Amino acid sequence: MIYVDNAATTKMSEAAIRTFTDLIRDTYGNPSSLYEFGQQAKDVLEQARRDVAEAIGAQPNEIIFTSGGSEADNQAIMSAAKIGEIRGKKHIVSTAFEHHAVLHTLNKLKKQGFEITLLDVHENGIVNAAEVEAAIREDTCLVTIMYANNEIGTIQPIKEIGEVCRKHNVTFHTDAVQAVGHIKVNVIEDNIDMLSASGHKFHGPKGVGFLYVKKGVGIFSLIEGGAQEKGKRAGTENVPGIASMAAALKESVANLDAYKAKLTPVRDRIIKGLSEIPHSALNGDANNRVPSNVNYCFEGIEGESLLLLLDDKGIAASSGSACTSGSLDPSHVLLAIGRVHDVAHGSLRISLGEDITDEDVEYIIKSVKEVVEYLRGFSPVWRDLVAGKRDFIL
Amino acid sequence: MALYSEKVMDHFRNPRNVGVIEDANGIGEVGNAKCGDIMKMYLKIEDGIVQDVKFETFGCGSAIASSSMATELIKGKPVEEARKLTNEAVAEALDGLPDYKMHCSVLAQEAIESALKDYESRQEQK
Repeated sequence: MIYVDNAATTKMSEAAIRTFTDLIRDTYGNPSSLYEFGQQAKDVLEQARRDVAEAIGAQPNEIIFTSGGSEADNQAIMSAAKIGEIRGKKHIVSTAFEHHAVLHTLNKLKKQGFEITLLDVHENGIVNAAEVEAAIREDTCLVTIMYANNEIGTIQPIKEIGEVCRKHNVTFHTDAVQAVGHIKVNVIEDNIDMLSASGHKFHGPKGVGFLYVKKGVGIFSLIEGGAQEKGKRAGTENVPGIASMAAALKESVANLDAYKAKLTPVRDRIIKGLSEIPHSALNGDANNRVPSNVNYCFEGIEGESLLLLLDDKGIAASSGSACTSGSLDPSHVLLAIGRVHDVAHGSLRISLGEDITDEDVEYIIKSVKEVVEYLRGFSPVWRDLVAGKRDFIL
Repeated sequence: MALYSEKVMDHFRNPRNVGVIEDANGIGEVGNAKCGDIMKMYLKIEDGIVQDVKFETFGCGSAIASSSMATELIKGKPVEEARKLTNEAVAEALDGLPDYKMHCSVLAQEAIESALKDYESRQEQK
């Protein structure tokens, strides 16, 4: 199998697996226990906290371990909203193409009387810092904008947005789930107040992530219980998961330059190859995107069929088609960059891993071309397009 | 467990009766590209029998499989019988569809209904 769905999840690294298995076998103590065996687990936990902090330029006491990116997003946003409410500030600025962990949390707040401004992400899938500034009001309590988009991979001007937020004294949170471990992220240089990340997106285990909260920024617990994580996240710590995530992150961050150097030309080769398919288009900016992401729309076909046939050819990828989500609407991300429903249904996301070979790349291009042509062969939409009964969009 | 039954995957991978009938005397198209599913059915009816049927589909795996199965269920059958085709029969013949994909079988039923209606109106005009 050629696995090119690394934006969905990644294979655990050998270091992460080793750390995980060693710990579940040998270091099963509870970090809250006072005896030596418990304190050994506590030491592992605190070393992981130092490693994670260092990887993003933070201090260890600014890291809260969570169950993953979604929990971190929820906690950051709900905390900022709670503080905003106390101060009479009930306006939040975000974008139309955030992850659902952010958008659904914002919807919940909307029902509680918050006003939400969702900024345009333009055709290239990139938010403009000047537009963020223009959207900030006296009563804005939070700006939350993702670092890199999960579907189209576009990288946002986080540093500039952070600067704008600092200038106006507004808390800035970024969902960096697709960025951490993939591109350079530094919370100080990037002017970030809160940042969410998820272990399994950078070769760590599933079910574990973290939230960075800058010293001085208020944060509340979503889960009541014990005093773990300084009272900000109750529940016995997932020590093996946390340490395993830290091991994976350390490795990924040390390897960032090689990762970029290896995958950027691969990404661009696939983009070039797919561009030879008539009436197709790349989604998102061609250059300002993570090295691993290719996202294409093919007119006249539907994404789920494309995925199933690629699966038959041994290629595991993803699509923003409605049929793959169980809803009637295609990806909100593709709609946000202005793709109409008709073509958004025919999308393909290829998210690369470092183990990809040149042979794989050529096989992927060839296979996608074949499958798109085959499906167009009996698509009534394609027939109408070719016959001129319907206008081409792409 | 796989997303779809073996039967669905078989009809998706090897769709039966795919294509166009140039001299069809009943054509029906249902669905819309906005929702991500369009089915087009072509019928050739002679002496009250569905002599030939072909389809074209823009849609997901279960939409293609449902179209394919629906054509098999009516091919060679009297028009009266074809008219009675239900979406449940299509889904059942495919060894079931996931709940959220049942609408694909409904679309297949509607595509055939629409093609039969077109056939009837053409007959009336004769």
